[in-house]
Amino acid sequence: MSNDIRIKRGITLRLKGEADKTLVDAPRSKTYAVKPPDFHSVIPKMVVKEGAKVKVGDELFFSKYTDKIRFTSPVSGTLKEIVRGEKRRILEVVIEADASDDYREFGTLDPLNAEADAVKSRILESGSWAFLNQRPYDIPADPKDTPKAIFVSAMNTAPLSADVEFILKDRMEAFQAGLNALTRLTPGKVHVSVNGQGSGVFKGLKNVEIHNVFGPHPAANVGVQIHKIDPINMGDRVWTVKPEDVANIGDLFLSGKFTPVRTVAVCGSEAKERKYFRTRIGAPVIDLSGAVDTKNVRVISGDVLTGEQVNTGQYIGFFPNELTLIPEGNKYRAFGWLPFTYNNIPSNSRTSLSWMFPNKKFEVNTNLHGEERALVVTGEMEEVMPMDIFPMQLLKACMAADIEKMENLGIYEVAPEDFALVDYVNTSKIEAQEIIRLGLDLMITEVG
Amino acid sequence: MEWIRQKLDKFKEPFAKGKKLEKYSPAINALDTFLFTPNHTTRKGAHVRDAVDLKRVMITVVIALLPVLLFSMWNVGYQYLKQIQPEVDFWDAFGHGALEILPMIVVSYAVGLGIEFAFAIFRGHEVNEGYLVTGLLIPMIMPVGLPLWMLAISVVFAVIIGKEAFGGTGMNILNPALTARAFAFFAYPTYMSGNQVWVMNASQVDGVSGETILGTLAAGQPVEYTTMDMFWGMIPGSVSETSAALCLLGALFLIFTKVGSWRIMLSAVVGASVMGLIFNALPAMGVEGNSLTNFPWYNHLLAGGLAFGIVYMATDPVSAAQTYKGKWVYGFLIGFLSVMIRVFNPAYPEGVMLAILLMNVFAPTIDHYVIQGNIKRRVKRKAAGINKQVETVV
Repeated sequence: MSNDIRIKRGITLRLKGEADKTLVDAPRSKTYAVKPPDFHSVIPKMVVKEGAKVKVGDELFFSKYTDKIRFTSPVSGTLKEIVRGEKRRILEVVIEADASDDYREFGTLDPLNAEADAVKSRILESGSWAFLNQRPYDIPADPKDTPKAIFVSAMNTAPLSADVEFILKDRMEAFQAGLNALTRLTPGKVHVSVNGQGSGVFKGLKNVEIHNVFGPHPAANVGVQIHKIDPINMGDRVWTVKPEDVANIGDLFLSGKFTPVRTVAVCGSEAKERKYFRTRIGAPVIDLSGAVDTKNVRVISGDVLTGEQVNTGQYIGFFPNELTLIPEGNKYRAFGWLPFTYNNIPSNSRTSLSWMFPNKKFEVNTNLHGEERALVVTGEMEEVMPMDIFPMQLLKACMAADIEKMENLGIYEVAPEDFALVDYVNTSKIEAQEIIRLGLDLMITEVG
Repeated sequence: MEWIRQKLDKFKEPFAKGKKLEKYSPAINALDTFLFTPNHTTRKGAHVRDAVDLKRVMITVVIALLPVLLFSMWNVGYQYLKQIQPEVDFWDAFGHGALEILPMIVVSYAVGLGIEFAFAIFRGHEVNEGYLVTGLLIPMIMPVGLPLWMLAISVVFAVIIGKEAFGGTGMNILNPALTARAFAFFAYPTYMSGNQVWVMNASQVDGVSGETILGTLAAGQPVEYTTMDMFWGMIPGSVSETSAALCLLGALFLIFTKVGSWRIMLSAVVGASVMGLIFNALPAMGVEGNSLTNFPWYNHLLAGGLAFGIVYMATDPVSAAQTYKGKWVYGFLIGFLSVMIRVFNPAYPEGVMLAILLMNVFAPTIDHYVIQGNIKRRVKRKAAGINKQVETVV
């Protein structure tokens, strides 16, 4: 049986500043932080107060409406500060780290031979549940649900994104253990998608269904793979887990400790030390990026398409494996509208000649290259949408908040990240990811 | 450039937010962004963006129109001069044509952009670039001798009723340029059809026969031009419709830059050919037909405004079908109906304008059915999924 998925529509953006394949252990930082906004739709309820001592795996806060989901400390230390924003919304829970880690013991467990409920409660208890995300809506998984399948995309195609094989090659045992644990959470299958042109390190995985994926970005987006493997219908729930987090879950079962490891590829043309750093989740940006002139350099926690802008005083997000530094594009360009000029800016449009250099690595900046306009050009979004979905029509349905139409056009199958390339290519500079996020939020409140 | 930038920034100060002239900032921004692509950076969503923007796309269409425009300047002069003198000098012809066409372009841009700027200021949004193309297209599809005031009124109608009433660029249902032409066509029929309007000053020169090919055919007269004449376009007609060769050049440029939809262009050519072939086959089926039905199908592609309409009007992304499949159907029907209207309705010797406007109206319907196909697949999939679950339960 062929398990190959071949994607044709999409673009692989070649950018300057890929991280070297050297893995270094980042020195221990003074502070770490868990950022509740990383978990969309979760309203945090604090458990510990400022000044309290916590171990690795001790609960910091839980989700107000799904109180089984606990969020635990990635390091041992003292809760230093709860940073709040508007309306006292909690933005960061900052922990001052001890010199060495003191772990909360959960005890080892073989997920394949344990009760399914024991596996589930172990994941919940340790705070590892935060690694599980749900489609539709792209929100944290709800422990009350039983997903029809679980999907892990063990590859990356986003520009400058971290190489999953490189990150996991020394953690294969934990990765397998994590997958074993995931198989206990669903009556369906656990699907692992791997790069069809990869080295084949994932070939030996057991108890899961392996899919070889070929093609340009967004081939590695888990949403695209779900669409090709087992599409989400109305009422379905599937879960997704990022590959490194599968290994983290595996480590929990192997060692009995919550191990929030995060390998971050520091990349981008403005990064000084372009390497893979192995650190804890929630490490401070400045410890990996070094000093940065944030007026002229944009620091992105994540990749250039879906990441979040951070400043050097903040912390890396919970999920991303990248810290990207690219120049800000706060400069004017004379007569930028002339076709066939400024060919050093990558473009999917043939009004630029950049397509003539398929192997060139471009240095990109954050300029919008135009202004927002009404939707005029058609057909360009479809070129980067490898799903059986009409992107422009879905976006318009979201803008109009037409729930029935959104449902009909496949809102359940998409996440904002699937529209990242639409953000990138569209001539009218429409913020497609934001529109889809708002559309999904509307669906959560209206349909649930 | 740095110096101009500084001057501009200084000049723009009173138009900034909260300042006295803030209301007029769309007008000044339009000028500024014409000179400089702004320094705006991404605030949310993807941090890097494609180099293309709407200005670039619109200018690309304008560039695709330039060869046709330059040729038509020469042809307009040539058609006129050849009637009154035996030898026609190239520059003489070009000069005469340019003097006829340039005022039309100036009037079209001045009136249309004036309205666009006024609406932008009134509504508080930036000036959209759509009119850059529309404003050039309108004079190019009008008959040569159209009085400028009629052109101005047509532009007013097209921009206000055809576009702004629907919400501006990107929201219109009909192609604005063709709306202008249709308005003039029905409001001032004597200036828009017949045999006196296709050559400059034809009514003032005795013995000029300025009839278009389709008009001649509709009147049942023999055509005195060859297929090659129609291809190269040295024939009377609306300002820029005559040269199929240069429309083809423009089409290739638009397809190369991916600005124009090759699906629409190709399917429209196929549609027109099919209809032409059907008519051509009538004698073989025992129906006699007339000079229009017997006009060879390939000449149907070259004569009249079909080529220009297919390349520059049917491909307007706002008023065309938006889905890939929809584009095939939309284009095919435009070609098919253009030739049908030509043949069946001699009151309108040229059918392409009406065919495109008709299909503009139907484009959302075509898309609706294409999208319904997608929705049905989703519903079916869900039903299949439920059945599977039932089986496993049983």
